[in-house]
Amino acid sequence: MLNTFFKKKKYITVSSTAMEAAGTPKSAPAVKVEEDGEQKPNIPSGMWIKCTGCGQTLYKPDLEEALMTCQFCNAHFRMSAQERIKSILDEGSFQELDKNMISVNPLNYPDYEAKLENLSKSTDINEAVVTGLGKINDLELIIAVMDSRFMMGSMGSAVGEKLTRAVEKATEMRLPIVIFTASGGARMQEGIFSLMQMAKVSAAVARHSEAGLLYITVLTDPTTGGVTASFAMLGDIILSEPNALIGFAGRRVIEQTIKQKLPEEFQKAEFLLDHGFVDNIVHRKKLKETIGILLMMHKEGK
Amino acid sequence: MATLEVEKKIEDLIVKIDELKSFSKEQDIDLSSEIKVLEDKLHNMQSTVYENLTAWDKLSLAKLMERPTALDYIQKIFDNFIELHGDRGYADDASIVGGVAFLGGIPVTIIGQQKGRNTKENIKRNFGMPHPEGYRKALRLMKQAEKFKRPVICFVDTPGAFCGIGAEERGQGEAIAVNLMEMSALNTPTISIFIGEGGSGGALALAVSDEVWMLEHSVYSILSPEGFASILWKDSSRAKEAAGIMKITAQDLKSFGIIDKVLKEPLGGAHKDADKMASTIKESLLQAVPKLLSKSSKDLLEERYNKFRKMGEFSE
Repeated sequence: MLNTFFKKKKYITVSSTAMEAAGTPKSAPAVKVEEDGEQKPNIPSGMWIKCTGCGQTLYKPDLEEALMTCQFCNAHFRMSAQERIKSILDEGSFQELDKNMISVNPLNYPDYEAKLENLSKSTDINEAVVTGLGKINDLELIIAVMDSRFMMGSMGSAVGEKLTRAVEKATEMRLPIVIFTASGGARMQEGIFSLMQMAKVSAAVARHSEAGLLYITVLTDPTTGGVTASFAMLGDIILSEPNALIGFAGRRVIEQTIKQKLPEEFQKAEFLLDHGFVDNIVHRKKLKETIGILLMMHKEGK
Repeated sequence: MATLEVEKKIEDLIVKIDELKSFSKEQDIDLSSEIKVLEDKLHNMQSTVYENLTAWDKLSLAKLMERPTALDYIQKIFDNFIELHGDRGYADDASIVGGVAFLGGIPVTIIGQQKGRNTKENIKRNFGMPHPEGYRKALRLMKQAEKFKRPVICFVDTPGAFCGIGAEERGQGEAIAVNLMEMSALNTPTISIFIGEGGSGGALALAVSDEVWMLEHSVYSILSPEGFASILWKDSSRAKEAAGIMKITAQDLKSFGIIDKVLKEPLGGAHKDADKMASTIKESLLQAVPKLLSKSSKDLLEERYNKFRKMGEFSE
C-alpha cells in the first residue's frame, strides 16, 4: 500500500511540565508511535493517564497533586472516597462510622454477594458510601462520601442505613453534615428496599433541618436517579463540581422517550446552575476552602 | 374479554356453558345438573387463577386501560369533590389531580395520579407520568391540608415520573426529593393507596404516608421490569423474567413490611366491579382516618418516621 509511505507519524503529546516532574530531560525525544500501534510506546503502565476532557496525557503524580483535575482543561476526574476524604478533611481528623456495615441480598439476586465481595476487595471499602466524623479547618462536621467505583455508587439498604445514621448522628450531636454524592441512583439488585432508602434518608434530613442545622451537598460526577431524587437535592446549600453529570433520568432513557439526541451540555452541572437547581459550581481545589467558610458562617454558639 | 393468557381457559369455559344453556333452552332438554357441574368448575377455576397470578400477570392487569382510575374512585368514594389545579409556579399538570372533598362527613384532601381512560385522555394525562409541576401541585395541596389539619389521601397510579427535557430542566429530581422530605414530616394524617402501577420515585413521591395500601393486583417497583432488565442485563425483552425477580406484587411487599395492607379486589380485578372496589376502599378509609386523626401530632410523626426508618436489610 502506497499509503503507508505518506502517512503522518503520530506522536503522543506529553506536557513539558509533566516530563520534568518525571525526571525526563526536555531534550529527550518524544516517544514515537506507529499509526497502527505496532510499536507501542514504552510507558510504565498506570503512570500516564489520558485526559477525558482534552485528550492530553497526564502524569499520574501530577494529577494526584492537582486533586485529580486536569492541569490543561480543568476536567475533574472521579475520585475515590479515600482520596476525597483526604482532600477535604483536616489531616488525621477522620473517624469512620459503621465501617463494617455490608449489604445482604434480600431478593436473592443471582451473584450479588460475590459481586459485592469482589468490589470491597478491589476498592478497599465495604459499601458505596463512607461516613464519619471529621474536621475542616478545625470545625467539626459529619461527612459522607459516595464512591462511584462501588457499583456505580448505587444506593441499597446498607448505603441508605449508613447515610441515615450519619444524618441522625449529626442531628444528635448538633453538627453540620456534608454529603458528597456520586451515584447512578437506587441499587436495582435490592429492588423495592433500595427505593425505600430514598424515603428513609430524606426523612432523617427533614429532622436535621428542623433542628436548624446546616446540610451541604456536593454533587460530583455522576449524580443521578434516586439519589438526585432524594438527599442530593435537599441540601440547604447545593454545590457541584464543574461539568459533573447531574440528572434524574438517564440520558439514554430520555433519548428513547423523546426520540431525539440530547445536546452535549444537557444534565451537566452548568445546565443545572442555569436552571436554578445548584447554588454554585466550585473547582475541586477550592472546595475545602468554600465548605470551610460556610461551616464558619453557620457555627453554633459563637 | 380475556386480557391475560391464564384467563383464556376461563373464557372458553364460559362460552361452553353459554352454549349449553342456549342449547337446553332451544331443544327444551333439562341440562341443569350438567350446567351446575360446569359452573362449579368455572368458579373453582376462577378463584385459583386469580389467586395464583404471576407478577407479570398482575402487571398486565394493573396496566389495563379498563382499570378504574383515581378520578373513578374519587367520584365513587367521596362527596362534593372540588378539584384544585396548578402548582402556583409553572403549570397545571393533568397527570396529577387534586382537590378537597368529604369522606363520610370528614373534610379531606385528595391527590391522585390520573391515567387516561382512552387514548385521547391518556395523551392529555401524559399516561399518568407527572412532570415536576405535578409533584409541586401535590405538595402545595398537602401543605394546605396540613394548615387545616385535613387528612391527605393519595391514589398512586403511575408508570413513573416523566423522563424528558422539560422534566429535567424544571428539576424532576428536586421535586420528588422535596416531596419525600415534606411528606415524612407532614403534620396531618396521610394514607396512600396504590390502585394500579407504582413506578419508582414517581410513585414514592406520593407514598411516604402513615398508611400505605395496595389493591390486590396492583404493583410497586423500583423501576419498570423493562427498565430493570435493560439496566442489569442490557436486554429489555427479558422484562417478564425481571418482573418475577423484582418482587413487585402487593403480596410480596406486604410480606416485606413495605406496605401496611392489601385490599382485596373483586374476582377478576377491580375493573370487573369498580363499585365494589370503591366500597372496599371506602370502608377501610372510614376505619383508618378517624383512628389517625385521634393521634397526637407527636405520635403520628414518630410512628411514620419509625416505619420508614426500619426499612432495609443489611448486616454489620
